Amino acid sequence: MLRWLARRFAQIIPTLIVLSMLIFGLQQLMPGDPAMILAGEERGDPVVLAQIRAELRLDRSLPEQYLHWIGNVLVGDFGFSWRIREPVANLILQKLPVTFQLSAMAFIIAVLIGVPAGILSATHRDTPTDWVANGIALFGISMPNFWLGIMMILLFSVELGWLPPSGYVPITEDFWQSIATTIMPAFVLGTGVAGVLMRHTRAAMLGALAQDYVRTARAKGVAERVVVWKHALRNALIPVVTLGTIEFGRLLAGAVLTEQIFTIPGFGKLIVDAVFNRDYPVVQGVVLATALIFVGLSLVADLLYMAVNPRMRQA
Amino acid sequence: MNAIPPEPLATAPAVRQSPMRLALRRFLRHRLAVAGLVIVVLFVLGAALAPLIATADPNATSWSAIRREPSATYFFGTDENGRDVFSRVIWGARASLAAGFLSVAVALFIGVPIGLLAGLAGGWVDALISRIADAMLSVPFLILAIALAAFLGPALENAMIAIAISASPVFVRLSRGMALEANATDWVEAARALGNPPWRLGLLHVLPNIIPPLLVQATLSIAEAIIAEASLSFLGLGQQPPAPSWGSMLNSAQRFLTQAPWLAIFPGLAIFLVVLAFNLVGDGLRDALDPRSEKR
Repeated sequence: MLRWLARRFAQIIPTLIVLSMLIFGLQQLMPGDPAMILAGEERGDPVVLAQIRAELRLDRSLPEQYLHWIGNVLVGDFGFSWRIREPVANLILQKLPVTFQLSAMAFIIAVLIGVPAGILSATHRDTPTDWVANGIALFGISMPNFWLGIMMILLFSVELGWLPPSGYVPITEDFWQSIATTIMPAFVLGTGVAGVLMRHTRAAMLGALAQDYVRTARAKGVAERVVVWKHALRNALIPVVTLGTIEFGRLLAGAVLTEQIFTIPGFGKLIVDAVFNRDYPVVQGVVLATALIFVGLSLVADLLYMAVNPRMRQA
Repeated sequence: MNAIPPEPLATAPAVRQSPMRLALRRFLRHRLAVAGLVIVVLFVLGAALAPLIATADPNATSWSAIRREPSATYFFGTDENGRDVFSRVIWGARASLAAGFLSVAVALFIGVPIGLLAGLAGGWVDALISRIADAMLSVPFLILAIALAAFLGPALENAMIAIAISASPVFVRLSRGMALEANATDWVEAARALGNPPWRLGLLHVLPNIIPPLLVQATLSIAEAIIAEASLSFLGLGQQPPAPSWGSMLNSAQRFLTQAPWLAIFPGLAIFLVVLAFNLVGDGLRDALDPRSEKR
């Protein structure tokens, strides 16, 4: 176990170093001089420009700039927003709970749709149930979630007037109001993941149902219900748990557009606003934070895999 | 138990079927995949023949025909500037399909050689390439594309570059894995023993064998790239107005949801249909090209 963890970290750390270099390198793609952007009205003044360059260490060599930046990142300093004059880390920490609530709700919806649909389609293989479930999965995967969001606003807010079209109420303020403002975006966000989970569950269930122990159980006369829910499902869920964890990370990316459409002040809205304001440190910070969450989640996925799969414990 | 049937000596089919023909037949039997292919072809034709099919100039504004409902004159209605939505959807197919095909082509062009190199060279080259691919894959596709597009500046070309770069690590990983697999086979070992240099091994012995999985992944990546282009254009990072693109049409449609819902319906439907079609083709190709995959 410890050796496995050590090996895993030996892989993660170089990946993170490369990642930090890539994110730092994004700056180099930028057309124009950052000092000019920051100086605004005073861009003609060489003194101001020199001052900004010194402040941002733009006058140093690239390796020096990188080392300074990564040194700060390691102690949790993601730099300063160019527009809002606030530390990027603070902005991220402020917005993260909002996106986390949205993603968690989306994930619950995805699991509630995807896993039962996958089980049903595997146990009813090549029947209309299977076709319908596959159709729903394909729909979820192919539906651009920003369009689904707009269509849902059209139906539930504009036509029926059941749900607010936009805005966000924190869960700590008013629980039901918070659910009302996030249920539609969470559904929109969850559909794609529901489709992916359905496909994984179906494949894993089909694999498990073809195993010898299932045949043995059936031969012993175990009720089909028990065979499916106890013998097959428990084994089939092992890969689904792992993949589900990774999919949770993908929700963060999906949140970018969903939050934009429903004007929810989360992580995704933060990066979009930063892109429009040319607030590059915030863009870099969000990308870095997303990647860290993603790497963390894949580690969790591996640990979960070990936890739910008894065969892995000795390995 | 039945008796063991005799070896089918003379019963082999008179015409030998090549694997490609078999795959094609399996694909054609897959009705949904064929339907997907038909939709893709229709969209490609629509984009190519846009000047002939569009009923109006997609950028011609008309103050006397603002936000008209869909009718016999304006199939999909008109937008807030009096532009014909049908014509804009047809012309918008160009941006979407170009982004889909070109960015995936570039991603293949970057990803496959690098992946083959990693798989065949091994050692530190492999370690370095794998870490870069891992690092890029740890940023969700769309966020990476948004960040790249943000730093490159808003333009359709930049969005396509951003999507191509974001899509390439998948191909690196795929072709590296396949190269490693092929590397362990006897026929590559034999080719190596004959003194073939690594590039020749990669090009002549490994690449032809990994084309099927690459083709499947490329098709699914096109679907993803089209959504990504629409997303970037929706955010204002792709196709710039007034040039038509489905994503930016949806963006401006949001402001008129109550008065003119058709503005939001048709461009979105186009994205959905074309993405669905590519996913259907990709699924069909996977079933047709991989004999091990489940039979339907």
